Amino acid sequence: MSSRDRILADVRRAIGGSARSAPGPVERTYHRENLVARADVDRFAEAVAEYRATVHRVDTDADLPALVAGLCAGESVVVPDDLPDSVIGTLDVHRDTAARPLSVTELDGITAVVTFGRLGIAATGTVVLDAGPGQGRRALTLVPDHHVCVLRADQVVDTVPQAIAALDPVRPITLISGPSATSDIELDRVEGVHGPRRLDVVIVG
Amino acid sequence: MTRPMTRTVDLGMPTATGFLRGEQKFPAAAADRLTDAQLRRNLAHATGTIRTKRLRAVAELDDWEELRLAGSAIKTDAMARLPELLEQLEATVTARGGVVHWARDGVEANRIITDLIRATGADEVVKVKSMATQEIGLNEHLETEGIRAIETDLAELIVQLGNDRPSHILVPAIHRNRTEIRDIFRTAMPGAPADLGDEPRELAMAARSYLRERFLTARVAVSGANFAAADTGTLAVVESEGNGRMCLTLPRTLITVMGIEKVLPSFTDLEVFLQLLPRSSTAERMNPYTSLWTGVTPGDGPQEFHLVLLDNGRTRVLADEVGRAALHCIRCSACLNVCPVYERVGGHAYGSVYPGPIGAILSPQLTGITGPDDPNASLPYASTLCGACFDACPVRIDIPSILVELRADAVEAGHRPLPGGQDVAMAAAAWAMTDGRRWGRLIALGRLLSWRRTGFRRLPWPASIWTRHRDLPPLPARTFRQQWRDRLRRTGSGS
Repeated sequence: MSSRDRILADVRRAIGGSARSAPGPVERTYHRENLVARADVDRFAEAVAEYRATVHRVDTDADLPALVAGLCAGESVVVPDDLPDSVIGTLDVHRDTAARPLSVTELDGITAVVTFGRLGIAATGTVVLDAGPGQGRRALTLVPDHHVCVLRADQVVDTVPQAIAALDPVRPITLISGPSATSDIELDRVEGVHGPRRLDVVIVG
Repeated sequence: MTRPMTRTVDLGMPTATGFLRGEQKFPAAAADRLTDAQLRRNLAHATGTIRTKRLRAVAELDDWEELRLAGSAIKTDAMARLPELLEQLEATVTARGGVVHWARDGVEANRIITDLIRATGADEVVKVKSMATQEIGLNEHLETEGIRAIETDLAELIVQLGNDRPSHILVPAIHRNRTEIRDIFRTAMPGAPADLGDEPRELAMAARSYLRERFLTARVAVSGANFAAADTGTLAVVESEGNGRMCLTLPRTLITVMGIEKVLPSFTDLEVFLQLLPRSSTAERMNPYTSLWTGVTPGDGPQEFHLVLLDNGRTRVLADEVGRAALHCIRCSACLNVCPVYERVGGHAYGSVYPGPIGAILSPQLTGITGPDDPNASLPYASTLCGACFDACPVRIDIPSILVELRADAVEAGHRPLPGGQDVAMAAAAWAMTDGRRWGRLIALGRLLSWRRTGFRRLPWPASIWTRHRDLPPLPARTFRQQWRDRLRRTGSGS
């Protein structure tokens, strides 16, 4: 008998006595609907800023290139291959392509990355990435020390349940709430460990 | 350094192996720790900080109680359907290019992981903090196999470099303050500057530069998992520092070790636990990084993914209808931070890698209690039953009730052919208390014997064993029955 079959048999034996009193469907009485009618961008911006990330708000896409160029001044910048030029303008960037992905060592030599995000969560100040259009693979937003993430205002949802409902589990998903941090020394929060130490969130609209 | 328990006999019952049992009983271990003033200061500072923060984080959600109820219900449902969920998880992970392995105990898990690492040709692995691999003593095992495991979580690194043991589920180095950590880094961290200061920021940066090269060159990572969704095959790791993302993203091969109780029925259930866990553990609205992955994604992250499903005593816990709620634990450590006992003795006194209130119910159930001399038999007594742990638990595990149940089990296991002191005392109490007249006469006698004093400070042997640590309250001048009789007489009421 394989370990698999023995474990499953052990589990069946262990719960056997109570199988008849199996619990009914889970009652979900917590908030699952939108708390406010429209995207609560103000609350999102406030929550992001509380993590010591920096929030920037612009009215239209046309404002992006100047802002992004300013944020990345003096840095070497990488972008996912499909990030439109309307975001970076004429900024000199490395492009990470499927045909020739940058090596980890190459990425380590680059200081900033500019990407889109998939979602923002207002209640928690979380940016969600799912490697979709303009986001690139996971290593891209991890190794460079400075991440500039661009979101449209209508991508902001209220709470965690709406974010989970909108996500496709098959994609690699990263939830980012502020720059990397640790509380491992005397439970005191220190920002900036292995992940990007600087996080700029740009909200358009 | 202590060695993990190894399997000695296979009785056909799943037997837990690893770091789940200390060498001393809790009272002896606790007495040793209580003499360490530095330890108590460190713990009081850290747990005090986090307690206040947690209350704030929890108060922010007006549906917190509803989330707790849902969390508890999802876990109860998952335990009741565990065989089908595990089979479903195996199918969904496999369909997405992952390979699922099953380990009945720590010995088997360690063997599987060693073989997987060997097959890649690597002799060094980077690790994400994981209670499951702590439990089975993976690092110690790999060392005997000539494979170096590098802990990348800051607190785990502090423990590893200090040749120490973890003392907290979330912050394994909670027993160390900044100065002690600086000294450990100066001594044991390759490349640490000789003039390294003790500011937490400076210490974190030292760890960053030490680990950077390891992350960028690692070929194999070993992680635990906070959750796994059976319906989609999605695994979740919740972390703060980014070391988790590094390990889950950069190496070619990822090996994830997960207790079988971590499986959730659906991806949707994450909407509950991603709210409960961060607010309960680090008291944040959300932890900095959560990684969710489903099998292998071509061109993004590890191209080889192995999931090791670990029993190691969990089916034993599951067999107890009351005690099985201990398996609902999501390892947030809120119960440790609010426990008056934990705050004073720290995690090492519990012997097991699972300390505090949850450890006191989990460890003895995972290992079983072998007899009166088993150190784990003393763990259910490591509590005042104040109930703070239940109030703090995000999945509403009724820890005090399970403690009481386990105390009864420990008493059962402690019976010897000849009655012991506790049996005699209990029999005497039963004799005295089951007859009202007899009890009244005994109380009157007691009052007579103690009339000069404010109470029995110390009883004669053998009762002195009990009064050594406890004061008896003074006996009142009149008993309740006498006062009640007088009251009835005064009011003239017959009812």
